[in-house]
Amino acid sequence: MVRLKHFSGSSESLHQNKGHIMKKIIIIMLITTGQLYAATLDTVRKNGKIKCGVSTGLAGFSAPNSKGSWKGLDVDFCRALSAAIFGRADKVQYVSLNAQQRFTALQSGEIDVLSRNTTFNLTRDTVVGINFLPVTYYDGQGFMVRKKDAITSAKDLDGASVCTQQGTTNELNMADYFRTNKMKFKPVVFESNEEVNQAFFKGRCDALTSDKSGLASERTKLKNPQDYVILPEVISKEPLAPAVRHGDDQWFDIFKWVIYAVVEAEELGITSKNIDSFSKTTNPAIRKFIGLSEGNGRSLGLDEKWAYNVIKNVGNYEEIFNRHVGKNSPLNLDRGLNQLWKNGGILYAPPVR
Amino acid sequence: MIKKITIRFLYILFLGAIVFVPLYFLNQNIDKQNISTGFHFLSQEAGFEISESIIEYNSYMGYSRALLVGVVNTIYVALLGNFLALILGLLLGVLSISKNFLLSKFCSFYLNFFRNIPLLLQLFFLYGIFTDILPAVKRSTPVFGIIASNRGVAIPWFSSGWASVSLLITLVTSIGLIFIVNKWAKNITTTYKKILYPIFFALFFFAQIELITRFFHFEFPAVRGFNVRGGLNFSPEFISLLLGLVLYTGAFIGEIVRSGILAVDKGQWEASYALGLSKIQTLRKIILPQSLKVALPPMTAQFLNLTKNSSLAVAIGFPDFVSIANTTMNQTGQAVELVLLIMGLYLFTSLSVSGVANIINYKLLGARQR
Repeated sequence: MVRLKHFSGSSESLHQNKGHIMKKIIIIMLITTGQLYAATLDTVRKNGKIKCGVSTGLAGFSAPNSKGSWKGLDVDFCRALSAAIFGRADKVQYVSLNAQQRFTALQSGEIDVLSRNTTFNLTRDTVVGINFLPVTYYDGQGFMVRKKDAITSAKDLDGASVCTQQGTTNELNMADYFRTNKMKFKPVVFESNEEVNQAFFKGRCDALTSDKSGLASERTKLKNPQDYVILPEVISKEPLAPAVRHGDDQWFDIFKWVIYAVVEAEELGITSKNIDSFSKTTNPAIRKFIGLSEGNGRSLGLDEKWAYNVIKNVGNYEEIFNRHVGKNSPLNLDRGLNQLWKNGGILYAPPVR
Repeated sequence: MIKKITIRFLYILFLGAIVFVPLYFLNQNIDKQNISTGFHFLSQEAGFEISESIIEYNSYMGYSRALLVGVVNTIYVALLGNFLALILGLLLGVLSISKNFLLSKFCSFYLNFFRNIPLLLQLFFLYGIFTDILPAVKRSTPVFGIIASNRGVAIPWFSSGWASVSLLITLVTSIGLIFIVNKWAKNITTTYKKILYPIFFALFFFAQIELITRFFHFEFPAVRGFNVRGGLNFSPEFISLLLGLVLYTGAFIGEIVRSGILAVDKGQWEASYALGLSKIQTLRKIILPQSLKVALPPMTAQFLNLTKNSSLAVAIGFPDFVSIANTTMNQTGQAVELVLLIMGLYLFTSLSVSGVANIINYKLLGARQR
């Protein structure tokens, strides 16, 4: 299922394209005849794995490493879910999806959760038939340009050709931004992310637009990252959140509280390294959190040690962030909005009790 | 008798079940997930821009308008592509049976080369020419007023769109005039015709061109700001798609034309030469009309192929119908409706193309059999 794509490897693109059409047909057939309404938790337990929809490769969020295993912030939330259900983080099957396929794959039951740098908005949350979970990364859309073009502001982009991925919120925000500022532009859109980036780096476009984290991620892949600059403007709010399909409240609740637990652990000061040192703690919040006093697990239909397993196997939000997009990663992004509420960010988990 | 009726009844029931049972489940499943259904999304504001459009379009127009842009783009590429592929195919087909060794070998090489490489690869290759080989737009220099860069090809053209319309009218009236004059001057001797005609038409044509250039401003493309402005611009996406489709389908049509010519009995050539017709005359008046009968049905299939293959545009970023429907699908989540629309459009265009071809075929065969 792991399919990687390179622009130059055209034969692979060919397969992808054919597979894509086949996939569409299969999805339609699945929607048509599939039995979707068994409780997702039961299905997942029976299969012994979670089918997690990820991107086709976005470094820091979801991308396979040199050994072919998926790594990233989005990936870690699927691993956290796996740890909560199975007690170990590796019971996940990754399904690589492009922007186009992601919602139909979720609707049709091809995947159990979608954790693929997807922007939370009203249309998707309602008529598209999916439910968004808490935001795992607060992002905003920006522009990347070539340094030698000497563009310093997005306001200088009047008349420019701008590359972006087809069917994203970026495509809509870009149109809105240029319309509001009474500027003209030529959109150049492709189905796959790799083609978009290649088109920009080879000079087909003057600017590349995407979520700022995504731009930073693409830039790290280059041999000469210093030749590109990300413009200061943030033209939209892009809260990236995982999603599940409508109609299974228990499944929705489980994933929701797994995400909250990851944030709460950072606030409580629990990390994957020190979690075992809390086994004799008297702090009621921590006792509840790691399952020393019972209740949380029963409410969710999980083992009482679910949150312990999540943190032990995957880590708290800070660990996940730093590992993949923060200071311990090539992206080296600032925490920014993704800081705990206590530290000036907007990450805030309701009480895990 | 009763057995027959029962079997038929069951058969109809079976067919009905194949259609309606999936539809029933589809409806139920979609209802349960609270996914909205129906086509009312078409009137909503689309919100995305489209890189090239023949009709007017803005991001605040509806999805229906955006999809219409896609339909027009698809039909435009299909019509132009089919026309050019036919010309290329005829040329290749005729030349590949030529006695000239170099020419015929070149043609058969071409036919085999282009037919045996998947179209998608050819499209990526052609698109790669623009992004990898042609110079960046700011470093490009005009050659005879034409600017070829990684942003496409721009040729000098009139600044007003009406100029193209009047040019088309000029062309059509000129051709019409040729026919009229031809009929009217039937008994004028050929040598007289040979001298007078070209002069007459050249004068007429240039007079019209002169008038058009008076009225409309002729513009040379130039690099201004980020892109090339002025003149007539063709995007890399459009050129690679059109070229790819024409080169690929042209090879198939060439092969069909070649086999059509070879299918005509050798005696026809000999008889024609015996009557004193030249080679060109033989080909034009005797061989091609007869080979058309053989070639038309497979050629129709190629026209259909080109039309359907134009949906590969999505891979190189040309906004054809499938590409825009994909975007719409992703923005609205109405996958089932849009896949139905895509199927409907291609079914409609394919059936119309084969319908037209069938009429021609019927007329041709009818005329010959009578």
